[in-house]
Amino acid sequence: MTDVVVTGYGASTPLGGDAASTWDALLAGKSGVGLTRGEWTEKQDLPVKISAQLAVDPTDVLPRVQARRMDRVEQVAVVTAREAWAHSGLAVGEGEEPKVDPTRLAVVIGSGVGGAVTLLDQDDLLETAGLRKVSPLTVPMLMLNGPAALVSLEIGAQGGVYAPCSACASGAEALASAYRMLKAGEVDVVVAGGAEACITGITVAGFVQARTLSQRNDSPEEASRPFDTGRDGFVLGEGAGVMVLERREFAEARGATIHGTLAGIGITSDAYHITGPDPEGKGQARAMLNAVRTAGLEPSDVGHVNCHATSTVVGDVGEARAVQKALGDHPVLTAPKGALGHLVGGAGAVEGLISLLSVRDGIIPATLNLKDKDPAVELDVVAGEPRKMELTAAVNNSFGFGGHNASLLFTK
Amino acid sequence: MADTAEILSGLAEIVEEVAGIDTAEVTADKSFVDDLDIDSLSMVEIAVQAEDKFGVKIPDDQLAELKTVGDAVSYIEKNQ
Repeated sequence: MTDVVVTGYGASTPLGGDAASTWDALLAGKSGVGLTRGEWTEKQDLPVKISAQLAVDPTDVLPRVQARRMDRVEQVAVVTAREAWAHSGLAVGEGEEPKVDPTRLAVVIGSGVGGAVTLLDQDDLLETAGLRKVSPLTVPMLMLNGPAALVSLEIGAQGGVYAPCSACASGAEALASAYRMLKAGEVDVVVAGGAEACITGITVAGFVQARTLSQRNDSPEEASRPFDTGRDGFVLGEGAGVMVLERREFAEARGATIHGTLAGIGITSDAYHITGPDPEGKGQARAMLNAVRTAGLEPSDVGHVNCHATSTVVGDVGEARAVQKALGDHPVLTAPKGALGHLVGGAGAVEGLISLLSVRDGIIPATLNLKDKDPAVELDVVAGEPRKMELTAAVNNSFGFGGHNASLLFTK
Repeated sequence: MADTAEILSGLAEIVEEVAGIDTAEVTADKSFVDDLDIDSLSMVEIAVQAEDKFGVKIPDDQLAELKTVGDAVSYIEKNQ
């Protein structure tokens, strides 16, 4: 069966408006977390006043008319996909022959909640101003497949458009779906990733009521601290990550630059609790092992795990134990959410990209704010400075409300 | 009451806001769909904004008949 290689990527995150600036800021130990900006923050006095908002607003990048027809999650997906598409070398000018048969080109972009902010805004308009003021674009802006569909329009993909929805695992599941499609030979190229932009009163309030968010309002940059004894919840973020994945033969035939290989995937489900992970981490461990198995490797080959670790009291320790159970004591861990916050449906794609770059460049970013490691975490976690390390394989984990576990395995 | 020229320039501003088309391009002879590439969703937005700006009602069956910018200007002029 064919290999699945990565030939292009893009990101728009709280750390930077593109993949390169995000990666540089992550390695430099910067934080994307700050006091939440937005008109709604003046109306709603919520106990959580911090979040990880985009470094570059997509409305500053997109033409005005294009932007006004899209929800923010669609805007960030399109901006990021455009970067990835250009990076892959597959983009062509107006009227030029496409470099990939459009019917052999697919899109898979996942999101946790889609255009929730549009839904809320338009509902307000219906209540306050009546039907006439409701936008005719309401449905295409709120639908969860909107980001994927708009990306398909952008690149002319006719080989299928998919929008996996598995909460915080959506982005990783999108990449896993692309892997399956390419392995099955259904298409030659898939543009895949995840996007989220749902920082607004009701989502923050909902997460507050579920007791999942950090309330460290007095020092936002220190609020997200995976694996640290002082962690008190995650920081809600927004952003997108997109990769261009291809069958290796196709990429090589067109002379593409190959940044790495998505060599294995593991998707499992806990069937345990709607929000809480299985305390024994069985589903998480199976996901990691399935990724290793599908890659045809052994657990000993995995030198590094880029953890889902969101900075919650229960989740981080459970994941570290699951890594140990699945792969052994040797993997070196990191948790990029210390810097990025939690990008929900965008997280798996952005963090998958970080894992890919760690393998390609032989460097693991440090876990920001990890000062005093929780003694229940027995594994080595990179803290302070990034660590140079030659890697055969790295695993990226993403887990989502609903019991979703998605592991991706990257090699050179 | 707006005169023909005022209606045309007011409508052109709406079209620019909704569809990003330069006001100079929005002339009486242009077809919304064939020349200005405006889709059915944007036409609804344009109609609602025109109703507010000119104090007219544009029912859906009438909207479907407004093929060109000139059609819209005359309709608004007659019904304002």
